[in-house]
Amino acid sequence: MEKKVLFANIDDPNQPEIETYISKGGYQSWQKVLKEMKPDDVIAEVKKSGLRGRGGAGFPAGLKWGFVPKDSPKPKYLVCNGDESEPGTCKDRVLMERDPHLVVEGMAISAFAISANHAFIYIRGEFDYPANQMRKAIDQAYKKGFLGKNILGTGYDLEMIVHTGGGAYICGEETALLNSLEGKPGQTRIRPPFPAVEGLYACPTVVNNVETLSNVSLIIKNGGDWYASMGTKKSTGTRIFCLSGHVKNPGNYELELGTPLRYLIYDLGGGILDDKELKAVIPGGSSTPILLPDKLDTPLDFESVAEAGSMLGSGGVIVMHQDTDMVWVAKVLAHFYMHESCGECTPCRQGTKWIYDTLCRITRGQGEKQDIDILLDLCDNIEGKTICPLGDAAVVPIVSTIKHFRNEYEHYIKHKKPMVENKFMSFL
Amino acid sequence: MVLNEESVKAMREVAARYPHRKSAILPCLTIAYRQVGNLFDDIYGEISETIGVSKNEVASAASFYTMFPKHKVGKYLIQVCINISCSLMGAESLKEHLLKKLNVEEGEITEDGLFTVVGVECLGSCTTAPMMQINQTYYENLTPDKVDTILEDLRKKG
Repeated sequence: MEKKVLFANIDDPNQPEIETYISKGGYQSWQKVLKEMKPDDVIAEVKKSGLRGRGGAGFPAGLKWGFVPKDSPKPKYLVCNGDESEPGTCKDRVLMERDPHLVVEGMAISAFAISANHAFIYIRGEFDYPANQMRKAIDQAYKKGFLGKNILGTGYDLEMIVHTGGGAYICGEETALLNSLEGKPGQTRIRPPFPAVEGLYACPTVVNNVETLSNVSLIIKNGGDWYASMGTKKSTGTRIFCLSGHVKNPGNYELELGTPLRYLIYDLGGGILDDKELKAVIPGGSSTPILLPDKLDTPLDFESVAEAGSMLGSGGVIVMHQDTDMVWVAKVLAHFYMHESCGECTPCRQGTKWIYDTLCRITRGQGEKQDIDILLDLCDNIEGKTICPLGDAAVVPIVSTIKHFRNEYEHYIKHKKPMVENKFMSFL
Repeated sequence: MVLNEESVKAMREVAARYPHRKSAILPCLTIAYRQVGNLFDDIYGEISETIGVSKNEVASAASFYTMFPKHKVGKYLIQVCINISCSLMGAESLKEHLLKKLNVEEGEITEDGLFTVVGVECLGSCTTAPMMQINQTYYENLTPDKVDTILEDLRKKG
């Protein structure tokens, strides 16, 4: 069953209006926090909820907040990561577009929890409509006195700023995001120091995903125990899964963590397009390893998906049917990582280009026997040898398609044509 | 001046909101390319003077982010998502259809100056594939008929 917690109100066209949001109990959590709670109380409640980061890494949110040094004389900053760029992922956009006040309220409470007086939301540059929805919501919240100076007479100040980026995937990585927010090229920083100690403008900073922060006001309203009662013991709560590719009903579905993959694809997704056979699933955005149909009963939670050999990642579930040429899939994704490599680390900058060139050679029918080993060697020379995880992510589609579909690579090289012809290529 | 009064005013406003002015560089680049259509050296100088940061810093940021066009494009920049979810749903043929229909090569400007078509990486619209972005607007769940109507409407608008 779908479990609409974050999505409870997204079908109401008036939800982005503050009056509608308030009429459904919105901003009550924020008022409760301001009047009755201390920052540590908020952190304790979020820790109790077990909420883990929804951007990809799954790091416990409360723990992250706890790393901000309380005795630091520097200003502290909260940054909401709305750079949503992981292929297969389009959930944060829906929250920003259809329930922007849920994001605003979550950001406000989280900023309070780390004693920040500035909160930024970094939205990828292409998301013009979501950014406008957020700006409108923030303006409304200022007018109601929920943001700004001396909020509701409590003495607490909070400025909230919408920041739009320049369309770089790498800026979803928190240190690249911070550089970008400082007006610099989006290249990553070596950690430590971690952003919680030295982040934006070298001050303590917490960066959390849009979906992560959207949960916060609901956790304050209903309690950490309520949140922890959903999902599994280690993966609490719900999660928005973006179902795309060869399914009958693609879309964003909110499920309790631990719901089987089969349920998402077959019950909610209506099964495979044209009733074809399922060939492969990428379960958590393009940077996560492929799962084969024998893993369809895997519960969608951090631990179970890891046990099945992949990662829950960003929640982008990409489905591929029998007529999918897996070498072509690797090539499409190799192009992406080549384009998005920020150029800072040589193995990633050069390696992603070599991988793409090699795959182009193979798919042109000019592949040679040793090319599969060359690809694996390139992957080995990128993985773990770069500052940020983009390099690690770039090798995943290559290693994973070779692992499961080596025969397709061999066929391409031997017969100079694909083993499986893409039969979905034409949208005509 | 390349930048008009409205852009300059918007840039000053945005710069005033940040604790550090340098943070306003990306929003200013956005304001500039939306007014002009593409970015070039003179614009970096004007942004630098408007918000009080060095021209090199502006140029450095501009050169990194591929979303900001550095060369001339048509009045309507059509960006077709060619990443995996869209490709699985026929993005390659969508791009070909557009290029054929407009009789241009990728990246070129149509003779009437109206259109440029390029393939771009994931635009975060995976569940509504295939899709394209024209200037700031997303067009999703595309079919050939829908695409043809969109092009006609834009042509009429000029």
